[in-house]
Parts: sequence; C-alpha cells; structure tokens
Amino acid sequence: MIGNMASRLDEKVGYVGAAAVVICLACGSQNAENGSGLSGTIHADGSSTVFPIAEAVAEEFQGEHPGIRVTVGISGTGGGFKKFTVGETDINNASRTIKSSEIALATENGIDFIELPVAFDGISILVNSKNDFVDSMTVAELKKIWHPESTVKKWSDVRRGWPNKRINLYGPGTDSGTFDYFTKAINGEERACRADFTASEDDNVLVQGIAGDENAMGYIGYAYYAENKSILKVVPIETEAGPVAPSVETINNGTYQPLSRPIFIYVTTKAAERPEVDVFVKYYIENAGALVTEVGYVPLPEEVYQLVLGRFENRTTGSAFLGKKTVGVDLVDILSSSQQLGP
Amino acid sequence: MTNGSPENTAGLPLNKTRFQWKEETIRGALFLCAILSVATTLSIMAVLATEAFTFFENVSLSEFLLGKKWTPLLVPRSFGVLPLICGTLLIVAGAALIALPVGLATAIYLGEYAPGRIRSIVKPVLEVLAGIPTVVYGYFALTFITPLLRSVFPSTQIFNAASASIVVSIMVLPMVASLCDDSLRAVPLPLRQGAYALGATSFEVTTRVVVPASLSGVIASFVLALSRAIGETMAVALAAGATPRMTLNPLESIQTMTAYIVQVSLGDTPAGSVEYQTIFAVAALLFVITLMMNVIAHHVLRRFREVYE
Repeated sequence: MIGNMASRLDEKVGYVGAAAVVICLACGSQNAENGSGLSGTIHADGSSTVFPIAEAVAEEFQGEHPGIRVTVGISGTGGGFKKFTVGETDINNASRTIKSSEIALATENGIDFIELPVAFDGISILVNSKNDFVDSMTVAELKKIWHPESTVKKWSDVRRGWPNKRINLYGPGTDSGTFDYFTKAINGEERACRADFTASEDDNVLVQGIAGDENAMGYIGYAYYAENKSILKVVPIETEAGPVAPSVETINNGTYQPLSRPIFIYVTTKAAERPEVDVFVKYYIENAGALVTEVGYVPLPEEVYQLVLGRFENRTTGSAFLGKKTVGVDLVDILSSSQQLGP
Repeated sequence: MTNGSPENTAGLPLNKTRFQWKEETIRGALFLCAILSVATTLSIMAVLATEAFTFFENVSLSEFLLGKKWTPLLVPRSFGVLPLICGTLLIVAGAALIALPVGLATAIYLGEYAPGRIRSIVKPVLEVLAGIPTVVYGYFALTFITPLLRSVFPSTQIFNAASASIVVSIMVLPMVASLCDDSLRAVPLPLRQGAYALGATSFEVTTRVVVPASLSGVIASFVLALSRAIGETMAVALAAGATPRMTLNPLESIQTMTAYIVQVSLGDTPAGSVEYQTIFAVAALLFVITLMMNVIAHHVLRRFREVYE
C-alpha cells in the first residue's frame, strides 16, 4: 500500500518533471526560432585593426547562435575591400572609409553596401620601452620622419638634443587602412610615405619589432597598444593644449588629434537579406559598446549606435563620408544628415 | 590446326592495323603529355611578355633597370628595380655561402668516407629536409632563427635577410648534396684505385681526383641551387620583410623580387593599374635571370664533362 502510494507519487513527480521538460523544450525551441535556429556561414575580412572587435563579437555571437559560423580574415582594409567589392565576402572590416575607386568597383559588380561605424581608434605612436629621451612629438616632427623625401636616419635628425643613434621605423603595410589614414593625417596625402620602414600587415609583428628594438619607432592601432602597454612606450602628441597621449578619454572627447578616427564595418545589401547576417549585424551594433571596450578600443556614444542601427535597419546604402574628412568628425552630424537622404 | 592457320593469315592484316592504330593512339597521348609542359612554358612566357610590354609603355626600361628606388605602391611612385635585385642577391649570396660548401662536403662525406650504415641514415634525412614545405621554413626563420640572431647581434631587425638566407640555404642543401653525390659516384672506381695505388691519402684522392673529375656535375648543382634560391618565395616573403632597400647589411629588412610579387598579388592593388603590372615586369626579369642560370648550368655540364668510357 505504502509502496503503491510512493510509486504513485513518483508517477506524479514524473509527470510534473516531464511537463517541466516539455515547457523547457518549448522555451528552447522558441529561443531557437529567435536565433539559434538559423544556420549558415558569414564571411568577414579586412582590417587587422578592426579584427579584435570582429573576433570578440563573432565569438560571443556564435556562443548564442551555435548554428551560425562567422569567419574573420585579416587582409588589411584594402585587401578586404578587394574581395568585398567582387562579392566574395559579406562584411568588410575597415579602418578607413571606402575609397571612390572601390565604390566604382563595387557598382561595376552590382554590389551595394551599408556603411556602419562601430568604434573609435587612436593610432598610437610607439617607441621601445627603454627609450628614455622621447617624451612627446609634434605632428611636424612626425612628418619630418615619415614624409617621402625624409632624410631622417638618426634620432638627432629629428630634434636637437636627442641622441646620435639610428632610428628604425615600423609601420603597417600598404594594404592597411591604418597606413592610408596615417599618411593622410601626417604627410597630407594618402600613401605618401618613405619606403625604408619595416612593414607588416600583422600588428603583432610590429609590436614584437618595436618591443625588441631599442631604436624603434612605429605606429599601430590603439587596441594593440592597450594590450601591450607593459612592453611599449607611447609617445604623446604635442597639441596647443600640451602633449596628449591616446587613451579612452582623449580619443572619445576628440583631444587626441589628428590620429583619432572612426573605424567601420561594411555589409553588402545582398548579404543583409540573409537572416543570419541581419541578426549578426544587429547583434554587432547592439553589443559593440561593451565588446569594443573589452578589446581596448573606444566605443561610440550611445546616440551614435542608435543612428548606426537605424542606418542598418533602413538599409541606407552608400558612404556618408565620401569626400569628407574623417579627421576629427562629429559622427552624429554626418550620420543624421545622411540618414535624411536615405530611403 | 590446319583450320586455324588460314583464319590467322586472313586476320593478320586486320590485326596489324588495329595494333598500329592502338600504337598511334598511345604515341599521340604521350606526345600530348610531353607537349603540355612546353605549351605551359610558352604561354607563361607569352603572358609575361605582353603584360611586361604594357608596363614598359608607361615606364622606360632604363628607369626600371637602373633606378635605385622601388616605391610603386607609395606616393610618389618610383620604379627602379635595383633594390629588389639587391635584396634577392643578398639572400642568394648568403644561402650560397652556407649551402654550397656544406652541400659539397656532405656529398664527399657520404660518397667517400661514410660507412654504409651512416649513409643509409643521413641520405633519407636529407631527403626529408627537401620535402618540408617552404612556408614552414619561413616560420622557422621568423620564430626561431631571428630571435637567435637577435640574441647574438642585438641590432638585428625583426625581418632580416640573414635569417631568410639561412633557411634558404637549408632548403637548397639537400639538392646540392644529392646532385653532388650523384656526380661523385659517377667517377669510375679505377680512377680512385689508381690514385690510392700511387699512395694518395683519402683526402688527396677526394680533392685531387674525384672532385675535379666530377667538376661539371658539382658546378651544375651549384648553379641549379642558386637558381632555386633566386626563385624561393614563401620563406623570404615571411622572414626577410617588405622593405625594398639597397643594402649589404644582412641584419636589415629587405625585399626580394619574389616577395614583392607576393605582396602585390595578395594586396589591394587594383588589377590593370601600372602598380599591378609591375609584378609582370619583375616576374619577367626573374624568369630571364633563372633561365640564364639554367642555360649556364647546361653549358657547364657539357663543357667540363669528363667522359670515361
């Protein structure tokens, strides 16, 4: 009798348990319909500067949507656009805005794209951590070192009082958006640069190079500096208000000039029609704020992320920055003015 | 038996034509296979020539061959190929300095001195060395040899010609050793025996008789190794850097012709632009250089050949 009761109780518990499982399964399947039910592969490529953000977003996203695979390549901004404009990739990470020649190529191949700023970067000027004489540099001095006809071979050529030692230069290669941006901001013309510097598309190689060479000087994206603060020395840039070093604060409030810049992702409209890409890009914009900080970049103001999300939802195509300077821009102005032009 | 033979004689001409037809087909197929490589070479030459020709419509041949500044991807552009040639030669010279003597010495040891057991171990290991993908050599240079060099010479740059030279020398070493070994072994035994009979030591037999007798093969192996070193791409692209510069300092970052072609092919240079055509001009130059080396090797083989029959 007692045994019977117990077994009945068991049965009851069993039913309840089963019901709970069914409810849970229902939750699960509902979740799946919202996201995890999607499958497919999203191909992203492009800038090594933007890569840490893209990688962080992709990782988080794939955790929540196990059916979707996101591949992130590093070909440099230009190298990435080369694939993007022929439709080989869905998303291009870019540390500069798209060029008119690249837009022409995209149009030729029937590719429409949506341009989405995702964070701020401050290109950081770096020297070896054992370097004890460089405390700041002016933009003029940077230009003196890096311009195409530069004859600077030693530190003493840059500023009187600096030692008579060789200066070894490190910088991103010619496929890099950071290279394009730096040459434009410092030398006045994109790609105008001396040739005899150690170039690599891989920022980690540059970090290793500068960290291991006492006479080194170079520049890389802020996140790679932030990650390697202990082995590198950053050089503040002289402004009217005194020397300013890149930091979350100075990049965000625009005092780190002229090397602060927005960084972007570009999505083809064709890819955006695919539900997995749509979900991914929305996830990207909604979570960029937190993840950007995590990998060492500076998030855009919340207001701007809202504008960016609107831009994606409206499928606003084309570049808002064409023919405009991205040096020290107000993103709210540019994005909201181009928003009105959108469909 | 008697029934069968008339049938046979009747069938013979038919069989013969079918047989001939089959032979012809096989001959034709084999000929096609043989012509394939010739056709490939010719079409590559044609593509290089036409593309290089369009390049030289924009840039004069003298600017290309004599200019001392190579900055096609920068502003202002400059198309002097000498820094790339200089970088290539630096790598080849470094590799030759190591691989040729060590390769020949290895061959001499294996052919003249080594007991059979050691030979049976060393030879396969050398062949394994030849089978390692060059990209692995590149990373080996970047992550192992360069740090080693930096601990000895602190001024070594992270990309440098020396570490690339070293791995290229390791790469061509098996080729030198194995080709030298073949030509040393081709020297007939009586020649050695004669020298020994005159009271020569092993060393004298090797240096005075065997090596001179196989000189053509040894030199040809050297030339082939050099031409392989000139064309080596992946390891130098990874380890030697992307800085075209006229320097003889092996501790600095340089760029070879092959590494430049890699850089442009993988990068964002728009196809059809002058910058893009540079790779065909550089490739044509590379082709001419290695072709010349191979012709030289061929001549050396014929000229210095000692025939013992």
